Amino acid sequence: MSGSGKRPSDLRSDGLREAPAVRMSDIHKSYGAVQANRGASLEVGVGEIHALVGENGAGKSTLMRMLAGLFPPDAGRIDVNGRDVTGWSAASAIRAGVGMVHQHFMLIPTLTIAENVVLGREPMRGLALDMAKALIEVRTVAEQFGFTMNVRERVRDLSVGEAQRVEILKALFRGARMLILDEPTAVLSPPEVQELWRVLRSLRADGGTIILITHKLDEVMDVSDHITVLRHGETVATMLTTNATPAGIARAMVARDVDLVTVPATLPAGAAPPAQPPLPAAEGASRRRAERAASLTPLQVQSLTVTGSRREPRVRDLSLTVSPGEILGIAGVEGNGQTELVEAIAGLRPVAAGSITLGDHDITALHVHRRAALGLAHIPEDRHRRGLILDYSVADNLILGRQASFAHHPGGTFDRRRVLENARERIARFDIRPADPALPARSLSGGNQQKIVVAREMGGDFSVLLAAQPTRGVDVGAIEFIHAQLRAARDAGKAILLVSAELAEILALADRVAVMYGGRIVGLMPRAEASVDRIGPLMTGAREGAAVPA
Amino acid sequence: MTAATLRARAEEAFLPPVVALLIALVAGDLLILSVGQSPASVFAMMLQGTWGNAYGLGQVLYKTTTLICTGLCVSVGLRAGLFNIGGEGQLAAGGFAAALTGLALPAATPSVIAVALCVVAAVAAGGFTGWVPGVLRARFGAHEVITTIMLNFIILAALNWAISTRLRVPETLHTHDVRAGAVAPLASVIPAFHGSAANLSLVIVLAAAALTGWYLFRTRGGYDLRAVGLQPEAAEYGGVRVGRVWTRALTLSGALAGLGGINFVLGYKHYYEDGFATGYGFLGIAVALVGRNNPWGVVLASLFFATLSQGGLAINAVVPRQMVDVLQGVVIIAVAASVPEVRRVLRFGRWRSVRAR
Repeated sequence: MSGSGKRPSDLRSDGLREAPAVRMSDIHKSYGAVQANRGASLEVGVGEIHALVGENGAGKSTLMRMLAGLFPPDAGRIDVNGRDVTGWSAASAIRAGVGMVHQHFMLIPTLTIAENVVLGREPMRGLALDMAKALIEVRTVAEQFGFTMNVRERVRDLSVGEAQRVEILKALFRGARMLILDEPTAVLSPPEVQELWRVLRSLRADGGTIILITHKLDEVMDVSDHITVLRHGETVATMLTTNATPAGIARAMVARDVDLVTVPATLPAGAAPPAQPPLPAAEGASRRRAERAASLTPLQVQSLTVTGSRREPRVRDLSLTVSPGEILGIAGVEGNGQTELVEAIAGLRPVAAGSITLGDHDITALHVHRRAALGLAHIPEDRHRRGLILDYSVADNLILGRQASFAHHPGGTFDRRRVLENARERIARFDIRPADPALPARSLSGGNQQKIVVAREMGGDFSVLLAAQPTRGVDVGAIEFIHAQLRAARDAGKAILLVSAELAEILALADRVAVMYGGRIVGLMPRAEASVDRIGPLMTGAREGAAVPA
Repeated sequence: MTAATLRARAEEAFLPPVVALLIALVAGDLLILSVGQSPASVFAMMLQGTWGNAYGLGQVLYKTTTLICTGLCVSVGLRAGLFNIGGEGQLAAGGFAAALTGLALPAATPSVIAVALCVVAAVAAGGFTGWVPGVLRARFGAHEVITTIMLNFIILAALNWAISTRLRVPETLHTHDVRAGAVAPLASVIPAFHGSAANLSLVIVLAAAALTGWYLFRTRGGYDLRAVGLQPEAAEYGGVRVGRVWTRALTLSGALAGLGGINFVLGYKHYYEDGFATGYGFLGIAVALVGRNNPWGVVLASLFFATLSQGGLAINAVVPRQMVDVLQGVVIIAVAASVPEVRRVLRFGRWRSVRAR
C-alpha cells in the first residue's frame, strides 16, 4: 500500500549508512473500531538501542508484536536486515534472530532456569531430555552474555529482575540478535534497572540491536541511542538521544507542553530529584490544612498481620497512620506486601491480627461496602481485574460500589436517569474520552479507563483514599491529571495512602515516605529527607535501623 | 450511542447464531443426501410438519415452553459465571411439586388460585434444588458442575422411587390426575390449536422470560449478578457479596427450570409422569448457548430447537430421527466455534469500510 505517512528516513536527523536492522513503513493495524497503528513507521540501525516511546494506546506494543511476527499488519511493509518479511510468523522471526521479551513473563515457575530456557528446543538423547547437555548449553550462553545466575535454580525462587533476565536469556538462547523489550522496567527496583541497562549495553557492544518500548523518559535518556515517538498510532518524531530533551520528547508524545514537575518519569533515576518548587503561601496553606484536619478522619493501622494464600505472612505486624491532609507514600519493590496491605484495609482480604480504624470506627471486620460508606475510597492497583468491569458501560462502571444508591429500593430497578446523570457529570468533570456513557469500558484507552476509576472513587464524598499504583500504565497526560487530583484531595483534607512502584511518583506526591520490604515498613522519613539514593537500598532490603511504625 | 455502534452490537449479537444455523443447514443437506433423499423435500416436509399446520405449530410451542425454562435456567447461571447443568432434576422437581399441590388442593379451589399455588410450588421446588448447590458453592467452594449433576441423579432417583412405590396409578409410572390447578390449553383461546399439547403455560413462561430480562439488565440485583459473572474480583471490590450472589443466582436458575414443570403437569397431561423431563435439561444448555444468554435470545433459540425436535418426528418416515439429533449437535458446535470467528471477521470488515472512505 503506497503510504501517505512519512518514512522515518525523512524525519531522521542523521543519515543511515547501511541497511537498517528494521525498517517498518506505513504500518496499519486495527482491532475492531480501534486503530492501533495508522501509518506508523520505524527505522532501527544495527547495533543500537532504540527507544520506542509514546503514551498508552499510542500503538507501541502493537507495532512491535507485528515485528515479532505475532500477527500481520493490515497494511504496510516490514523489512528486517534488508529483507521484506511483512506478515511473517513468530517462528520465522525467531529463526531470523528477532526475540521479544514480553511485559508479562512467560516462564514456568516450577521449572529451573535451564529448563525454562531450553523449553521448546530441548537437547534430546533419544526420546529423553538430555539435561546435562541443556545445563552446559544454557550456562555457556549465560556466560557469553555476562549473566551471573545459577541455572539450576527454580524460577519461582527468583526475584522479578532475575526472572526478567531469564526471559532475555531465553531469547538469546534462541539466537536472537535483535531484542524487543516491552516496558521491561515496570516491575524493577532502581538497582535492578541499572543491572538491566548493563546487560543491554553489553549486548549492544556485541553488535546486538535492541528496541525498548517505554514511556519513562528518564530511561530513554539514560540508555537509548535513538528515539522514535508514536502518537495515536503514527510516528511523529525520530531523534538522536543526544539531541533530545525530556521536555521535547514529552511534547512530541502528547503534542502539547507538559508540566514536567508532575511527571515522575522525567526524574533522572539514581539522582536526587529536583527540589519541589516552593509552594506559594505554603505556610498559609498548611495552616488551613491543619485547621481542616481537626475535623477530618485519619486512617490508623495497628500491628497488622495479613497472610497469603498459603498462610504465609505477607504483611507482618505493620503499623501506620495517615493523617488528614497528608499523602503517605509507600515505596517498595512490588510483592513486598503492599498489595496485601491495601486489600486488607479495603476489606478485600482477611486480617490475621491487628486492627484498622477509620476515625473513630474500628473497620477491621467490616464488609467492603460498610467501609466505603464510612468514607473509604480505593483506587485498586489492577484496574482490569478489580477496578473495572470491562464489559460494563462507562456509566455502569461509574456506579460500581454505590450501585445500591442508584436503585429505587434495595434490589430494585435502577433509576437509569440518575445513573446517566452521574455518568455525564463525572465524564465531564474528569474529562473521560470518548465522552459516551454507553461505551463499554473495555473500548477506552488505559488512561481513560483509569480516569473512570479515579472519577468514581474521588468524584464523591470520601475522607480516606487508598491509591494503589494510581498511574500504572497510563499516559503522560493522564498521569498529570491524576496527580493533580491527588494533590487537590490532599489539600482538601483527605488522608491518602499512596502505594507506587514508581519511586519518582512517590517523591513527586508524598508528604511522608515509607519503604516496605518483606511485609514491614523498613524506613520512614519526611519527603524532604527522602531521596532515590536513600530509598533505593531500603527497597532492596538493605537495613537502615529496625522496622519503624509509620 | 451512535447508530454505527448499535449496528455493530446487533451484528455481533445475531450473526454468530445465524452463521451457525447456516452451517447446520449445509450439514443437514449433506446428511439428508447421505441417506439418499432430497434436502429440499425433507426440509419442506419438516416445515410442513411444524409451522405448516396448527397442530404441528402447537406441538412446537409446547416444546418451546419447557425449553425456554431450562434455557433461562442455564443462562441465569452462566450470567453469574456458574454452569448449572442440573436443569433436568430441577425441572422434574418443579413438575412433581406442581403435581403434588394439584393433588392436595380440593377440586373446588378457584382455578386462578389453584394455578397460582401450583406455580409457586413448582418455582419453590426448583429454587430449592438450585439453592442447595448454590450454598455448597458459596460456603464450601464445591464446584456447581459436580454438585448439580450429582443432584440430578439424586432427585431423579428419589422421584422415581416416590412414583413407583407410592404415588402411581397402578400399571403406570404417573400419578393420578391433579384435582385443581389445570392450565387451559391454547386451543381454548385459539381453537385452531385443538389437539396439540400447547397450553397457556406459554404465557406464564414468556412473562418469566420478560421478568428475567428485567431483573438481569434493569435492577441492582442483576447488575451485581452479571458483575460476579464477568469479574468476581471487581464485584467484590464493588461491595458485592459474591457468595450470596452465587446462591441467589443458582436459586433463581433452579426456580426457572422448576417453572417449566407446569407445562407438562398442569398444561398437558395433568399428572406427573416419571421421565417427562428427560433431555430438556441438557437441551437447555444448547438453547442458552445459541440464545447468547439473553432471555429473548433464549425464547428464539427455544423456538428453533423445538422446531427441530418436532420436525424430527415429522420426517421420521423418510430419514432417521437421529439425524435431527446430529443436526442439533452440529448447531451447538457451530455456535461455539463461530462466536470469536465471526467477531474477528466483522471487525476486519468494519475497518476496511473505514479505510475505504
